[in-house]
Amino acid sequence: MSQEKAVVEIDQVDFAYDGDLILQDITLAVGEKDFLGVVGPNGSGKTTLLKIILGLIHPLSGKVRVFGRAPERSRHLIGYVPQHADLDSSFPISVMDVVLIGRLGKAPRLGGYGKSDRQAAEGAMQEVEIYDLRNLHFGTLSGGQKQRVLIARALVGMPDLLLLDEPTTSVDGRVEQDIYELLKRLNDKVTIILVSHDVGFISSYVKRVACVNQRLTCSATHEVTGDVVEACYSGPVHMLKHTCKL
Amino acid sequence: MFEFLDTLVNHGFMQNAIIIGLLASVACGVMGTYVVVKRIVFISGGISHAVLGGMGVAYYYGYNPIYGAVVSAIVAAVVIGLVSVRYHQHEDTIIGALWAIGMAVGILFIYRTPGYSVDLMSYLFGNILMVERESVYLLASLDALIVILVFLFYKRFLSVCFDEEYSQLQGIGVVTTYLLLLCLIALTVVILIQVVGIILVIALLTLPAATARYYARSLIQMMIIASLLGAVFTTSGLIVSYEPNLPAGATIILIAGLAYLFATASKGVASRFRGHRDRSATP
Repeated sequence: MSQEKAVVEIDQVDFAYDGDLILQDITLAVGEKDFLGVVGPNGSGKTTLLKIILGLIHPLSGKVRVFGRAPERSRHLIGYVPQHADLDSSFPISVMDVVLIGRLGKAPRLGGYGKSDRQAAEGAMQEVEIYDLRNLHFGTLSGGQKQRVLIARALVGMPDLLLLDEPTTSVDGRVEQDIYELLKRLNDKVTIILVSHDVGFISSYVKRVACVNQRLTCSATHEVTGDVVEACYSGPVHMLKHTCKL
Repeated sequence: MFEFLDTLVNHGFMQNAIIIGLLASVACGVMGTYVVVKRIVFISGGISHAVLGGMGVAYYYGYNPIYGAVVSAIVAAVVIGLVSVRYHQHEDTIIGALWAIGMAVGILFIYRTPGYSVDLMSYLFGNILMVERESVYLLASLDALIVILVFLFYKRFLSVCFDEEYSQLQGIGVVTTYLLLLCLIALTVVILIQVVGIILVIALLTLPAATARYYARSLIQMMIIASLLGAVFTTSGLIVSYEPNLPAGATIILIAGLAYLFATASKGVASRFRGHRDRSATP
């Protein structure tokens, strides 16, 4: 597998919010078709890292490049799956309309969506097996179904990079496994970065694991040992500062 | 009822009132839906009260206050919109201040206008029976403008209301879209002021949409149901208030409020009944 082309390059990035340092000296390179799991305790800056890659927030210092450009300029190549709990579940919107939002950037500026947008949405829903749910009210779905809808919305823009924030919160083990199987299948085509607070499941599906707790430690999955994870979770890690390249 | 029908057939003012009620229903159904789902009732309240400032200034200089209302509503929408984007943490305090300043400016100008100033009451509480034919045409064109723009920007408004962050990632100008939405709400406020006055605008803007939300599964459905409810509320309010000579605006709001409470209560009973049935179904 070719790892030559860098999808995400993060170089010595610091990020602070209201004077508190959230991320410190983060250096990370993600290659094509990589599947990186980012783990770390709650409040460790995992979501912040995703938002930096999306260009929604800007680092205090350091350099971020996505597909060789500023993150904002590569957004059309990124599919993002936020935590569904942040969305208003009483909002009157159908599954189809949620997925179509993923085509907003490509659809005609005025008026409704075009036929090609609808076809793309249907294709994405079939890919994640929620086509039968398309006319249902989004808010009435289960956690796992909502997650699939948001994955379909991310896929409908034909991304080369998929970012997921805690895709398995509030779903049971069986559904969690289904979602990871789905992601593993998608990984044949796209690069995936997945954030999770749960180290257990993740290590059997991802190719590499990065531990974040203000600082970042990165390892190939088979190298993840208890020590690495423990060090990450128990406090700041001082000894590790290296670029991860396989 | 017969007296009402007799007036409706023979007098222009009642025909105007019914027409304005129907025009207002479309505007409040469509834009009220956004106010309810985006939870910007307070922001809309700020816009509608600040409008009195523009009405007062126009009145003082001898213009039709409705033009002052249009200008000040748009200015208020843009200013309050930018405040809510930039100063999110102090949003409610700043909007509260703008709300009060707008009203105070309006009251001062109306007070300084020479002559009989009974109009202050009709701005605050509405006087749908006094609206002239000229205003009807203006309100009809505002209505048309609102419906056309909502049609053109429907998918953007939907996406910005549902998931602002994702809309931004799609390259949509989220702030511009939000400000456009607020401007359309401001124009709706101008229409509704003619019906129920500034004080009760928020009720007419939100109650039909909030009631419709219980029965709608999509935004467009919610808009249609809310518009129909608005038409029922305004027309029945006019009929009920006419013979006993009650204020039409307050009567309309009372009917709308009772309908909303009834819908809320019956929805609550229904879901409790369903919950009970679900529990008894599982052993």
